[in-house]
Amino acid sequence: MSLLTRPRGLPGAQAPGRPAPRTPRMRPWTPYAFLAPYLVLFAVFMLAPIAFGGWTSLHEWDINLPAKPFVGLRNYADLFDPADVDGARFWTAMRATAIFTVASVPLLIVLPLLVALLMNGRFKGRDLYRAVYFAPYVLGVAVVGLVWRFLLDGNIGLVNHYLGLDVQWTTAVPPAWVALVGVTVWWTLGLNSVIFLAGLQDIPRELHEAAMVDGASAWHRFRAVTLPGLRPVTVFVVNATILASANMFGQSYLITGGAPADQTKTAIYLIAETGLRQFDMGTASAMSFVLAGCLMVVSALVFGAFRGRSKP
Amino acid sequence: MTRDVRGLRRALLHLVLVVLAALYLSPLIYMVATSFKTRESAGSTEPAWLPDPFTTGAYREILSSADSPVMTWFVNSLVAATGHAALVLVTAAPAAYALARLRFRGRGVIFTSIVATLFVPPVVLLVPNFLIVNELSWVDSLPAVIVPAAAGAFGVFFLRQFFLTLPAELEEAAELDGCDRWRIFVTIALPLARPALVTLFLLSFLTNWNDFLWPLYVLLSPESLTLPAGLGNFQSANSIRYDLLMAGAVIASLPVLALYLIAQRWVIEGISRSGLKG
Repeated sequence: MSLLTRPRGLPGAQAPGRPAPRTPRMRPWTPYAFLAPYLVLFAVFMLAPIAFGGWTSLHEWDINLPAKPFVGLRNYADLFDPADVDGARFWTAMRATAIFTVASVPLLIVLPLLVALLMNGRFKGRDLYRAVYFAPYVLGVAVVGLVWRFLLDGNIGLVNHYLGLDVQWTTAVPPAWVALVGVTVWWTLGLNSVIFLAGLQDIPRELHEAAMVDGASAWHRFRAVTLPGLRPVTVFVVNATILASANMFGQSYLITGGAPADQTKTAIYLIAETGLRQFDMGTASAMSFVLAGCLMVVSALVFGAFRGRSKP
Repeated sequence: MTRDVRGLRRALLHLVLVVLAALYLSPLIYMVATSFKTRESAGSTEPAWLPDPFTTGAYREILSSADSPVMTWFVNSLVAATGHAALVLVTAAPAAYALARLRFRGRGVIFTSIVATLFVPPVVLLVPNFLIVNELSWVDSLPAVIVPAAAGAFGVFFLRQFFLTLPAELEEAAELDGCDRWRIFVTIALPLARPALVTLFLLSFLTNWNDFLWPLYVLLSPESLTLPAGLGNFQSANSIRYDLLMAGAVIASLPVLALYLIAQRWVIEGISRSGLKG
């Protein structure tokens, strides 16, 4: 490539990453033609549904009934009314989502960080280990759910057999939460590990070496060099993991089926059942927006927390 | 540090990593072992890591069962994942190229709105996209699991970042030679972007192959399901036939594990550098 690179200062040379100058040859509609196919998809399946979802949430909307009366904010009001059936179910589900998120996210940050630190060196077989820890994530939740429903079976499961226990992992709480969190950690630990590992490798070696020359201990270097260097990656991983945990569906659907008494039925599980099985789409849309609002508040809090800590 | 201490530490590290790796893979090994067991030994309370007797009966039964057309699900999944990944490339690549290289009115607004949707929790799309897919008469058919997810902003964002890192000189030279923008895109930019295109194809394929919630609700009749949705329904109906369920799980795992073995480095690098989540 170097032979083809024009020396700076000659006509036509420019900083990399800047768009090429417009030339008379390009017809004015050319860029829009490049964009058109994607923008059609974007408009129909991204922008339209966001607006349409809001519109639906203001109606009593059943896909099979011709009449879809406008009800204003009543779907939302019902959700915040503890005496209402939908409201009660919704907050049970929100509680399940919150329990799962609070229990899984710290584990999905700390354990992958430990794995990444273990693997952040040059040693034989490193890429093989990395490939092994990442492997479950490639499988998808359906396979993971089926396999673990079997391993966690109260009567014939391996988990009870090897632990010498007689626990109903799939039908009783709190064991069901332990099971759902454990399975999720097994499934996605590799994902967060490789992201942390990439972040660790971006920290300049000189920083570590300088700290070593200054006589800093390993723990000191971790606190003073590694953690600050990982900050951008950590903000991303924390946020993405919270969002993924709050969207937990397949594990609950396949392993517990929401048992016992809908206590492990997550918000997104309830939204899918309400909107796409019972076709009460107005209520389900209102639930989606309340859940989305909560998630955006949590994301903002995470960004705020990390920004606040960067200024000592 | 003396060499002995270092050697000991290294040995300890490998011991920890090997034990973890063995524990990590054991559920998958047990899945494969169970898929070759008889119905009775799969449901036995004494776990066996080697199937005795060894049988392919579960595979034969699940592949020939009328209410679980696993081969049809397999083909559906293959068509859907390939079609989806191809659609993502065909639509996202020119859009990303225009946003990275061409100057035009509205570019800032368009790029900002696309990136902004990366922050919209996907749950708000679930119900309205079902209604839109229903309007298009796509419910219970493969376009429903191929097309809507291709509207996601990730592909455009990912490829745009890549196009920005390519040197512009080649394209400028071609422009001076009188090539039009489309030819420059097809003959110069796309070949240079091949690593990014391959990564995006693999990630889109894997995501679509593994997608569970959406196909579970938007595909209804047994012959139009994808593998994950089919297996989900199959579990509800046959919750005690672990031999059949594990055979189905193995069939659903094989293509993605094969892809992963072949392209492991691309998949991991792509995901760790781009931060794609689920």
